[in-house]
Amino acid sequence: MKDVEMKMLERAKQLLESGEVARVIGWKKGEFFYDPTPASFETVDELKDFVYDWFCGANLSKYLIQMSKKEGKTAVFLKPCDTYSFNQLVKEHRIKRENVYVIAVECLAKLNIEAIKEKTDGIVKSVDVEDKDVKVVTTNGEYTLYKPEVVLSKCAVCNKTHQAKDEEIILHERPERDVNRFEEVEKLEAMTEDERFAFWKGQLSKCIRCNACRNVCPACSCVKCVFDNPHSGIAAKANDSEFEEQLFHVIRAFHVAGRCTDCGECSRVCPQHIPLHLLNRKFIKDIDGLYGEFQAGETDEGKTPLTSYTEGDIEPKDVFNGEAK
Amino acid sequence: MQEVSTEKKEFVPNIVAFCCNWCSYAGADLAGSSRLSYPANVKIIRVPCSCRVNPTFVLKAFQQGADGVILCGCHPGDCHYVTGNYYTRRRMALLFSFLNYMGIEKERTRVEWVSAAEGARFSAVMNDFVKTVTALGENKRLTDLRVKEGE
Amino acid sequence: MQRIGVFICWCGSNISATVDVVKVAEIMKSEPGVVYSANYQYMCSENGQQLIKQAIKEHNLTGIVIGSCSPRMHEATFRKAAEAAGLNPYMVEVANIREHCSWIHKDMDEATEKAVILVRTAIAKVKLNAPLMAGESPVAKRALVIGGGIAGIQAALDIADAGFEVDIVEKNATIGGRMAQLDKTFPTLDCSACILTPKMVDCAQHEKIDILSYSEVEEVKGFVGNFSVKIRRKARFVDETKCTGCKLCMEKCPSKKGLNEFNMGLNTRPAIYIPFAQAIPNVAVIDPTQCIKMKTGKCGICQKFCGVGAIDYEQKDSFIERQYGAIVVATGFKPIELTAFNEYGYEENKDVITSLELERLMNAAGPTGGVLLRPSDNEHPKIITFIQCVGSRDTSGCGKPYCSKICCMYTAKHAMLIREKYPDTQVNVFYIDVRTPGKNYDEFFRRAVEQYGVNYIKGMVGKVYNENGKLMVQGSNLIDNEQVTIESDLVVLAAAIEPEPSVRKVATLLTASIDTNNFLTESHAKLRPVESPTAGVYLAGVCQGPKDIPETVSQASACAAKVIGLLVKDKLKTNPCVATPDENMCNGCSQCANVCAYGAITYVDKEFRLGGGKTEIRRVASVNPAVCQGCGACTVTCPSGAMDLKGFSSKQIMSEVEAICKK
Repeated sequence: MKDVEMKMLERAKQLLESGEVARVIGWKKGEFFYDPTPASFETVDELKDFVYDWFCGANLSKYLIQMSKKEGKTAVFLKPCDTYSFNQLVKEHRIKRENVYVIAVECLAKLNIEAIKEKTDGIVKSVDVEDKDVKVVTTNGEYTLYKPEVVLSKCAVCNKTHQAKDEEIILHERPERDVNRFEEVEKLEAMTEDERFAFWKGQLSKCIRCNACRNVCPACSCVKCVFDNPHSGIAAKANDSEFEEQLFHVIRAFHVAGRCTDCGECSRVCPQHIPLHLLNRKFIKDIDGLYGEFQAGETDEGKTPLTSYTEGDIEPKDVFNGEAK
Repeated sequence: MQEVSTEKKEFVPNIVAFCCNWCSYAGADLAGSSRLSYPANVKIIRVPCSCRVNPTFVLKAFQQGADGVILCGCHPGDCHYVTGNYYTRRRMALLFSFLNYMGIEKERTRVEWVSAAEGARFSAVMNDFVKTVTALGENKRLTDLRVKEGE
Repeated sequence: MQRIGVFICWCGSNISATVDVVKVAEIMKSEPGVVYSANYQYMCSENGQQLIKQAIKEHNLTGIVIGSCSPRMHEATFRKAAEAAGLNPYMVEVANIREHCSWIHKDMDEATEKAVILVRTAIAKVKLNAPLMAGESPVAKRALVIGGGIAGIQAALDIADAGFEVDIVEKNATIGGRMAQLDKTFPTLDCSACILTPKMVDCAQHEKIDILSYSEVEEVKGFVGNFSVKIRRKARFVDETKCTGCKLCMEKCPSKKGLNEFNMGLNTRPAIYIPFAQAIPNVAVIDPTQCIKMKTGKCGICQKFCGVGAIDYEQKDSFIERQYGAIVVATGFKPIELTAFNEYGYEENKDVITSLELERLMNAAGPTGGVLLRPSDNEHPKIITFIQCVGSRDTSGCGKPYCSKICCMYTAKHAMLIREKYPDTQVNVFYIDVRTPGKNYDEFFRRAVEQYGVNYIKGMVGKVYNENGKLMVQGSNLIDNEQVTIESDLVVLAAAIEPEPSVRKVATLLTASIDTNNFLTESHAKLRPVESPTAGVYLAGVCQGPKDIPETVSQASACAAKVIGLLVKDKLKTNPCVATPDENMCNGCSQCANVCAYGAITYVDKEFRLGGGKTEIRRVASVNPAVCQGCGACTVTCPSGAMDLKGFSSKQIMSEVEAICKK
């Protein structure tokens, strides 16, 4: 990973020095070594804080909505999954593609510090990765963890490849994997209505409406959110209606249906650890099953499943009759 | 899970029916002029096309205490606005499947295509839907699926 | 402050028998915002409307709710009344307490309770109504007729006679259509050409009509009153302005193997040809698949002989773009392909023909010069058997489920004409039913049976097969309840008719709806039979449904009347209940345009103030109110809710939902 970081830093320097781009979007050191945060670098000097490591899970594509409107070009480092969000935003005319220079960077999955902390004792001092081994040093000793068990949930089932690039920095190829991202959704589907209701009630009751999911989501990037739109009939002032609170997640999932690239950022940032990606993934699974496989963000043009149709589409009632493809 | 009500009063569900102006609303008119009855607890909201029905309307209805929501539109291929009901079909297929995934009884939501000529069908559909929702009982889940702090 | 008036109608006893109208009106008096509430026997009557007008004026009403019959019935009436009293007509809501209440419920308490809720719901909505103004859009004073058959010809002539410019776009090299191929017409037996060709000439000579033959509609933009249509003028390789129609080229052309389409392929024609003697325009066209010059580069004989230098082998398709206020679709029909009907042996036996082929075989300008000779050996057929309903009324999936409507009559015509001309010929007709509604139609059919001795056999034909060079028709005779086999010299199939396949493309271009049989859908089966649901598009002839010539001509004239009624206006009022985006919230994501069936949404870059002296340029949606039909598909697609629909806004519908659900 260090070699990739060096290469990225080198390119960032070159691009800024030559004036080819006005800024570079990447990650910079956070308060702890495991919480790098997205940042915009405008000078070579600022790059001293640049970092790319096993904890750079954040999707940088959403920042381009604003950045691509600025004077001069913006270079951005995008992991495979981020490029889907990028394409989706280009498709929706939110990112000015001509103002962006995309550097596709390799990703061999990113680590979930919460999972690491859970599996170790003491304060985490360093984390190193060697193939499938994650070596953790804490104040209480050394641990070797199995990498697939401590990656971000979005990485656990990822098989994405870069869909947009102007150049790439890939030093290590990721092996193809056989993964089923719908496994958890299928488990829920196999439950009874009562069980599912209990599950979701338990999960959603944890929500504190901090809007972290909305803020991080590249598909949730409206100029003004429908929940803040006074004409939508669902915007609520504090004591007006509980509707906003109750059904926020249903509407949010519906609004990103057909546009959600399954980047998994919602679950990653949720402070209450609600598996929000399982909401979006249900829509993805239904869309795939009912209307044919569709991956949002695979291209930067074309209609989404909810803005297209075929004459022979399944009837809503038949969805439950097991007549789905 | 089932709460047994001690009250003997018969449960009468509240049903909201969204009907497109050109087919289903006219179908309901025909049911009326043919004197084909259906329960009075069905109340119709006229929309220009079934594709005007936003999922937020459906959810709002449940939140406000509806026990069942039904959308009616022109038969696929007969949409007054050419393609409107094709979008309705996809939206509602996905929305209703999703609500069921969250544990909402699938029988509470329905989409039916009723033409302006199908007064009898309109009445039959409403009778059937009311019967189904009555059997289900009161809608508690959608109003309950809320964020409650410190539950 | 809102000042709402409520008017509860008795509708005689239609409402008042099951709804306590007095009570409903009384309850509404205490509804917030309601300042006036009344009930009356007939709100829609002159007196009822007067009551509304007076109340609006006396109580300064800002909105009114009528509890009455369906808004589909009298919404327009009440809107007019409101407008007459100075209230914006869109500040009116109708609560349907008749069709949706009093007529379907028997219990007075139950119905009254429901009526109260329905009226409250309408009050909740009307409080959020906004005054709307119908917009205006200009009208281009020119009509386009797509298809130059009898339907298109009649529509064009009627429109042009009223003084409006008309263009006929015809995909073939001449106008005339199917009617030009017919020999005689029922029930009068006049010669088809004799009544059609003068009309064709009228078209050509009419100063207001422009015939664009050998042309096709390529692109349609715009909307009622303002269509912009791109027309492809296919290369005919002959300069239309120079060709005199002398036909010398046809005589000299060495390639004479092209199948003669006009004669249903029963004989051949040269590579350069004029479809038939009375073609309009009387201009040659080159078939590039047959032309030796175009295939090999060697020949050029026609060019050499053409005295006016009209031949141009290099000619390319060209395009013209014109503005039209209205469009008439008259694309016509064709007989179905008979490939799915092996039992009749059409493919294998030359002497099994279709009725349209028979028309050509009987026509003086046809391949046999009007002498009925069978195709296989040019002999006079002595026994001719007609088979009805070949692919019509067919629910097996091989044919068409509908009745083609014209076959019973033309078969009677054929039978009669044959018996008249060749009395020694035996004519049999297998039929399921004989359908002859129409003026003088049944009389015509009876003449065939009673005076001309045509042998009508009720029953279906199982198969037609060849036995020792003889055609055998095996079928059932349901009257005598027996199987019959009839040896025949010629078998004529009444093939079902279907819309000309090019109609699909036309329908797509016009966003005109089409049914499962490819017939264009009329706006209302009974009351708006010549209008397409797409405003400004009208339907004439078989493209809308099977029909004969008199019906087609009637429909074409009806279309013309509609078109004239439209073109005579300088401006059109547009429906004000259209989608409208809130630019401050619009993402410019294009999702709304993706679901708009009318192409009403475009995007513009606009500058927005961000505060602090900063501005930002954003892409935002813009709706053309003259094009938008107000379905609302876009409003649901819009994630931010920036797109809303006037008259059916999200807040209005939400308020209705709340009013209904409130317990």
